[in-house]
Amino acid sequence: MEFHRDSRSGLAPYLQIVEQVKEASRLGLITPGDQLPTVREVVTQLAVNPNTVLKAYRMLEYEGLAEGRPGQGTFVVGTLGGLPPETVPRIRRKLLPWLREAKDAGLDDESILALVNSTLREQAQARVA
Amino acid sequence: MIGLNVLEARGLGKRYGDQWALRDCTLALPAGRVVGLVGPNGAGKTTLLQLAVGMLAPSAGEIAVFGRDPRETNSVLPRIGFVAQDSPLYRNFSVADTLMLGRRLNVHFDEAWAQERLGKLRIPLERKVGELSGGQRAQIALAVALAKRPEFLVLDEPVASLDPLARREFLTALMDAVAEDGLSVVLSSHLLADVEHSCDYLILLMAAEVRLDGDLDDLLAAHRLLVGPRKRAGAGGGIAAVVRESHSDRQSTLLVRTDGPIADPAWSVHEVDLEELILAYMGEQHEPRLQSLPRLEANG
Repeated sequence: MEFHRDSRSGLAPYLQIVEQVKEASRLGLITPGDQLPTVREVVTQLAVNPNTVLKAYRMLEYEGLAEGRPGQGTFVVGTLGGLPPETVPRIRRKLLPWLREAKDAGLDDESILALVNSTLREQAQARVA
Repeated sequence: MIGLNVLEARGLGKRYGDQWALRDCTLALPAGRVVGLVGPNGAGKTTLLQLAVGMLAPSAGEIAVFGRDPRETNSVLPRIGFVAQDSPLYRNFSVADTLMLGRRLNVHFDEAWAQERLGKLRIPLERKVGELSGGQRAQIALAVALAKRPEFLVLDEPVASLDPLARREFLTALMDAVAEDGLSVVLSSHLLADVEHSCDYLILLMAAEVRLDGDLDDLLAAHRLLVGPRKRAGAGGGIAAVVRESHSDRQSTLLVRTDGPIADPAWSVHEVDLEELILAYMGEQHEPRLQSLPRLEANG
């Protein structure tokens, strides 16, 4: 996987790395057994301090999502959400025709996101009630 | 190296005539860190760095690098790399001549390593230094400093005059060297976004004195921005100290150092980024003190 700088997130650089690994895990882009980029690779991708990368990886290890293997690197050992790897791509495929329909109907990206978010909120409220 | 201090200063001061450029500076820089030195112009950053590399003699107090006086040239200087402001180089020298000069002037100097490094950056060795871009000159100065294979690298405003791309490339090269050799670095900069990404330790110099220093993440974690209805706030309830405050007719905004969760539910509590933190400490002395705002009520 590749990391990016997200200056608008307001998160400390090491937390940005942690969040990006978690997001990749939630989306099924990385699965147990995958190797995370080496510290050197992240340093050259992002021009960040190596200690920042080490700190992020330690945090992922502490949370049980990754594991450092001496002399080899850091590997993904856990998943978030506990979904089988096939699930996310399957759901995503079903999303595509819906997105096309929304776009054809004239909704822009922001309207689509607002619609998804408000529907999620309504559902959460319905569950509580 | 880990666990030791690469630099220690006690009561360190430098005076020019009756003006103190640096005063009563007490510091310990842990080894293996990348230290960002920030502060307004004239705060004493360059003076501190020049004292650290033995270019200046202290007027008061003492400074030790690797436990020794940095002006002991035989034992300490070969272990320190230094790049002065604006990467000074001989503009009429070719890049190859510049590297040869480095080899002749230093006890240890890995010329082949520097050549390979500059080759990877596609910097032509036969060109005159003065014909190259500012970014390329900065890379040459960094390569010369790193070719000594120093344990401690001191950089004075290394990226100030570079465009964003050259800045990114310079910092990438620097961070790569840190990852490769685990060397200790101190760099001064006004560019707080760069400091936030490159550094893991912070020193804020204000008016010739150290105002704030510590692990960058620890400092950020220990400060919060509080926004709420206009009111006075002092220490207590999670607030260790109010660093800066501003009040409009209805609203108060405080940047505080915390010592626990903020107890008062009237405040909405926000995390701070490095820029907010530095600006709060830099602006602190110029803000009107709380006592000069008599209209504020004691407890909301």
